[in-house]
Amino acid sequence: MATLEIHDLHVSVEAEGGPREILRGVDLTVKQGETHAIMGPNGSGKSTLAYSLAGHPKYTVTGGTVTLDGEDVLEMSVDERARAGVFLAMQYPVEVPGVSVSNFLRTSATAVRGEAPKLRTWVKEVKEAMERLSIDPSFAERNVNEGFSGGEKKRHEILQLELLRPSIAILDETDSGLDVDALRIVSEGVNRVRETGEVGTLLITHYTRILRYIKPDHVHVFANGRIAESGGAELADKLENEGYEAYVKGGASE
Amino acid sequence: MAEPQNSPKDLRQAPVQGGLPSALGSTTSGAIAVAAESTTATRMSAPPSFDVADFPVPHGREEEWRFTPLERLKGLHDGSAAAGGADLKIDILAPDEVTHELVDRSDPRVGKAGKSVDRVAAAAFSAFEKASVITVPKEAVLADPIRIAVHGQGGTTFAHQVIEVGAFAEAVVVIDHTGDAVLAANVEYHLGDGAKLTVVSVQDWDDTAVHAGQHTALVGRDATFKSVVVTFGGDLVRLNPRVQYQGPGGEAELYGLYFTDNGQHQEHRLFVDHEAPNCRSNVAYKGALQGQDAHAVWIGDVLIRAAATGTDTYELNRNLVLTDGARVDSVPNLEIETGEIVGAGHASATGRFEDEQLFYLMARGIPAEEARRLVVRGFFAELVQQIGLPDVEERLIAKIEAELEASVA
Ligand SMILES: Nc1ncnc2c1ncn2[C@@H]1O[C@H](COP(=O)(O)OP(=O)(O)O)[C@@H](O)[C@H]1O
Ligand SMILES: [Mg+2]
Repeated sequence: MATLEIHDLHVSVEAEGGPREILRGVDLTVKQGETHAIMGPNGSGKSTLAYSLAGHPKYTVTGGTVTLDGEDVLEMSVDERARAGVFLAMQYPVEVPGVSVSNFLRTSATAVRGEAPKLRTWVKEVKEAMERLSIDPSFAERNVNEGFSGGEKKRHEILQLELLRPSIAILDETDSGLDVDALRIVSEGVNRVRETGEVGTLLITHYTRILRYIKPDHVHVFANGRIAESGGAELADKLENEGYEAYVKGGASE
Repeated sequence: MAEPQNSPKDLRQAPVQGGLPSALGSTTSGAIAVAAESTTATRMSAPPSFDVADFPVPHGREEEWRFTPLERLKGLHDGSAAAGGADLKIDILAPDEVTHELVDRSDPRVGKAGKSVDRVAAAAFSAFEKASVITVPKEAVLADPIRIAVHGQGGTTFAHQVIEVGAFAEAVVVIDHTGDAVLAANVEYHLGDGAKLTVVSVQDWDDTAVHAGQHTALVGRDATFKSVVVTFGGDLVRLNPRVQYQGPGGEAELYGLYFTDNGQHQEHRLFVDHEAPNCRSNVAYKGALQGQDAHAVWIGDVLIRAAATGTDTYELNRNLVLTDGARVDSVPNLEIETGEIVGAGHASATGRFEDEQLFYLMARGIPAEEARRLVVRGFFAELVQQIGLPDVEERLIAKIEAELEASVA
């Protein structure tokens, strides 16, 4: 059973006037089949955690460990992490001009699965996954994320989640900027993947709204670059009522 | 594109689109001139002429020479280059109905497309021995391309080539430059009324070659000229692709691709002269650069003369800088003497290879080299698809991959 273990993770970014510490000792264990919601105010370091786990070169790990089934994730390159089963649905997916969605999906599925999927079954698989997410078939021939609306970008991220079947899925504010219909479609996609029981999910969000659709097993409040409090689903209710004020005072990272 | 414009004062609005700001390691200084002091004519250091003596020896600060490293021109610019050394090997493969002759410079077809616009082109015109004339008879529709293979064997050559396509004839010409040479050569394309000509000129020289020349298309009434200029090789390549319209209804599509490596200087200086009404031009050049002192220059001059009402023109130059140490100069210029046009615009942008794109692809399991390949292929894809010759397209893609391999290694 896949387990992601984050221990005392410290991460800095290069800022004007030298390195600036954003993550200040994150501890978290995510097991296959579990869903962890990470909730926190803007600027608390949620995306930094997500990018650091995926290996974005802008973030420098200055301390701590991250392992996936005992393997050192921090030693792996970005693509190795993805092939090892870590998936990051990005808050701001990137446009790739001249690369079609269908080419992109097939290239990444080939890389992650270790062999090219059989063309016949692959075409069917993609078509069905797109239908479930209400993505128009014409998107297959469009360039990756180019001219996509915010909602289309997020659905395209979840399409990749469904096709790549990771063991650890990190969803960075996948709910932000979605209207209710899109939120429902995207949540259903995430739930389909969760129901396989084969993915551990790290659901990063600013709002409690998505938790009506995706029920977390654990909720963590993220503030000032670390987990300030952990609990069950009831912690989300508390945040819904009281907001983040109790966590940010006295230690804003700005 | 945009609405027809009725008066020059409207030109600053609808149909004219400006370029994007420049990025690091590059300059992009576009201009849209409605009644400017700097015009295509004033930017030349001497009026066009066939005689090399009419041009002063450039010292490097002239507008048309300021980007070119003169010391690497092997004397083509100052008269010190003399023809000699091992000859160019030229093989021409053409369908039966095509004729090929060698003629003197007094032949009326030679120079018909216009005089030389800089000293090197004039030097070539003054020094070549015989001009080569390839003729596609009127109304002939060629089943196969004309292939001209030019292989340098180390010598210095001045040459002149005319390709004449008769009225309503259709032809494809592929000119392929390989090997090592110092070559100053002008090429003329004469398109009769209603003719269709596609030319692919590939500069796949060895890294030591020097190649300069003026490629002028004379586009007849309702004729269609499509040019694809592909520059990969050479120490210094400096080409002046030009278009003149002889009557209304002409169309020109000018596509270009270049991949500029370590130390290479590749310069494309385009000029589209809209002097006839209701003609169209579309320019799209894209380049990738990598390595120390890779230098690409793109000049796109479009002149819409007072008589050229109903003109529709657009020009674009995009550059992808893959590594540090490379430099791009991109200068689009649009000069407009009539407001009664369909549309006129230009765009120029130079961007660094996007680390975010690389990260996104790698975060989906795609290894770095493959991700780079996808991005660069994607960058060139829409241009490659315009060529319409499968063998040339495949060769180009293979060449782009090889250039990338070399950079990864
Ligand atoms: N590349 C960077 N350079 C400088 N500061 C950064 C960079 N990335 C993030 N930060 C800063 O780190 C803090 C946390 O950012 P982020 O992880 O995006 O927060 P969240 O996702 O919780 O809104 C913010 O104060 C942000 O400005
Ligand atoms: Mg964020």
